[in-house]
Amino acid sequence: MSVLRNGAVTAGVIGLLWAFVIAVTVAVTLSFASGLGFRPGALGCLILGVGGGLALIYLRAVPFLLAGFVAVSVVLMFTPLSPMQFTDGVPLGWQLLSVVAFGVFTLWPMRVMLVEAHPGDLTRHAFEDAVIRFLTGFGYIVFTAAVLIPFYVMVMTSLKSQQALLKNPLDFSIDLSRGLDLFRSYFELFGQFNFGSYLWTSFYVSVLTVLITLAFSVPGAYAVARLRFKGRAAFSRSILLIYMVPMIVLALPIYIAFSMTGLRNTIPGLLMIYPVTTIPVALYMLQGYFRGLPGEVEEAGLMDGLSRLQVIWKITLPLSLPAMVSVSLYVFMIAWNEFLLAFMLLDDPSKFTLTRGVAMLNSSEIPRQHLMAGAVIATVPIMALFLGLERFMTKGLTAGSVKG
Amino acid sequence: MTASTPPTTRGALERREARLAWSLLFPTIAIVSLVIILPLLSIFWISFKPVGLADLRPVAPVIRESLRSSGDDFRIEYRVRNSSQQKEVRGLTLTDTIPAGVTLGALPQVCALTGDTLFCDFGDVPGGFNERLRIPVTLDGDPEVLEDIVEGSEPTATGSGDNILTNAEFTLDNFARIFDSKEFMSVLWATVFYTVVGTIGALVIGLFAALLLNKEFAGKGVLRGLYLFPYVSPIIAVAFTWVTLFDPFSGSLNALLIQMGVVEAPINFFGQRPLALIMVTVFEIWRYFPLSFLFILARMQSIDTDMYEAADMDGASPFQKFWYLSLPMLLGILSVLFLLRFIWTFNKFDDIFLLTGGNAGTRTLTVNVYEQAFAISNIGAGAAVAVVVFATLLVFSVFFFKYISQEEGL
Repeated sequence: MSVLRNGAVTAGVIGLLWAFVIAVTVAVTLSFASGLGFRPGALGCLILGVGGGLALIYLRAVPFLLAGFVAVSVVLMFTPLSPMQFTDGVPLGWQLLSVVAFGVFTLWPMRVMLVEAHPGDLTRHAFEDAVIRFLTGFGYIVFTAAVLIPFYVMVMTSLKSQQALLKNPLDFSIDLSRGLDLFRSYFELFGQFNFGSYLWTSFYVSVLTVLITLAFSVPGAYAVARLRFKGRAAFSRSILLIYMVPMIVLALPIYIAFSMTGLRNTIPGLLMIYPVTTIPVALYMLQGYFRGLPGEVEEAGLMDGLSRLQVIWKITLPLSLPAMVSVSLYVFMIAWNEFLLAFMLLDDPSKFTLTRGVAMLNSSEIPRQHLMAGAVIATVPIMALFLGLERFMTKGLTAGSVKG
Repeated sequence: MTASTPPTTRGALERREARLAWSLLFPTIAIVSLVIILPLLSIFWISFKPVGLADLRPVAPVIRESLRSSGDDFRIEYRVRNSSQQKEVRGLTLTDTIPAGVTLGALPQVCALTGDTLFCDFGDVPGGFNERLRIPVTLDGDPEVLEDIVEGSEPTATGSGDNILTNAEFTLDNFARIFDSKEFMSVLWATVFYTVVGTIGALVIGLFAALLLNKEFAGKGVLRGLYLFPYVSPIIAVAFTWVTLFDPFSGSLNALLIQMGVVEAPINFFGQRPLALIMVTVFEIWRYFPLSFLFILARMQSIDTDMYEAADMDGASPFQKFWYLSLPMLLGILSVLFLLRFIWTFNKFDDIFLLTGGNAGTRTLTVNVYEQAFAISNIGAGAAVAVVVFATLLVFSVFFFKYISQEEGL
């Protein structure tokens, strides 16, 4: 530990690790962007990383160092000690780009990481600060990559053709000369696979689910939050308990009952189930919010001669508009993303919801890019809603995420 | 002067309030009982029944009527069938009204004509019963028109089959089958691994993500939104994307690993033991870390900064501050999250079903419900697994309520 806490050792180790992280990141990013072969070079990372780290704590002249570091990286590129290795056929321009990116992204953040490090023994504080700064940078890269790569692959795959995909699964570059043909999978989904109608079905099923859920849960939540009656505590507990019942356990008897009554394969059947799965969550979220509203306003309304129902309608609801938006968004999201029930209860392609339609595309006869295009179509509306109303959405997620 | 005491009985106002409360709650209670409590109870019933997927079709008589001709001879033909191949239909009868202009000839033994009503009694018929009744007729009028009239008058059939779901036949076979099979241990192991590692993983990763974003910097909002993507997008989209990404033949990740020289040959991530189980767990962590991240971040931002300043004055290092200050403050939310996520991971079905279909050692209890009921077509066994799932869940909820009542929030 004491050896590690020597400034030079800390700087060297962090430099080495960071150089390697950046080399891998640049290689992965450029491979995904161009389809060409990039690979981190271990020896180059070792030399440049350790060298860069030491240079930073001894010299400290950052602009000069940065230029020097990039220049050395570029020179090393032409030797076997290059920090980036290339397979045959990578054009010089791409090679240069990768090495320059490596140089800049290695040294620039490293400057911040080693800001408290200096030659000689480090205090515990300075040492941990450097480690934490390194871990933070590492964390940003790992988290961002882990989240972005699947979505990037989803969108890009949907724009490729089957042959291109099989030839080089890494090549996600877009051939702009194809023009509108890029969106061919989407045209086919909307043209031949009826996705327009699935989109519409999903939309109105989700909206109706939201409306029905609110109609049931608003009075219920108000009663739990404001009115005194025997069994109130027991009731709110059973509500919590109910939304912990796994869907698959319910889906089986519901499937049986629907098969026997002919409700299977109907949208009304689906609409009987969806709201019930969301009412407990909505009720729980709303009662929490109602409790937080000032009771005096409602009492004033009661004194002025409003009935309880009028109080709910004229005072409580307008006051809780933000909560209603959050709850609606959250319920909409659950209904839009729902897969299991739609999968089990709908067999007739003319009545599919979007998720059920995408599930249908998962077959060996349908090309992969169609499946990915379907995934994009299912994701985009909910993403747009999420990004547009993120404030409400995160509030809804935090309040309601007792449900998985 | 007597000391005033609070009323010991319930006053009219109080009763009115309680009545209003129950009437506001009634719709919710009614629909939840109908769609959740009733199915839950029926699961217990079904789990003791020897019922397969095919038994869901009701056992009932099926009758088709047609007017046929061979040359000038016309005849009415009734095709009487038992819809089930195995079960008998008891007391099968047929009643039909013979329209004017049609005169019946010789009747079969089982039939009798009263006025214009034809009545045939078949008694009890076995499974697979399929018979044609041919009754010669003489027509008085245009055969084309009469054919429409004859075929237009639907015969009514009575007769009831034994419904396996409602009769008194019970069995313990379903439970014996699921506990006995060698698979059960592997199902149990997959469930425990998936639930424990998935829950803790999502919590720890969420904690890291929250630590990253617990400071002010440009682009923080963007990253926060980005890190919520996995949780917000439809499960079906992200699951299929992962399958595509990790595909052994056309998957980008295998191509990348080979190109970087990490592996020699493509890895079948979702198709081999024990990798598949690890992969579905990683997916679970990836998809649900945003949730713990959101909660933990909210809690972190409400921690008083004075404490950290005091610690700085005392010369605490960053790790010490995290370990001795932040972590104890977060313990409450972490334990609540752990319980919630534990229950929900245990309940999770869609993720594994879409990623592997429960193959390669990834069949958890919930996937086993589907597997037994629909893949093996044994509804009873599926219900038995569901009962096991539900019973386990009840045990968890006892813990849950014990702890959650102590923790504020939620």
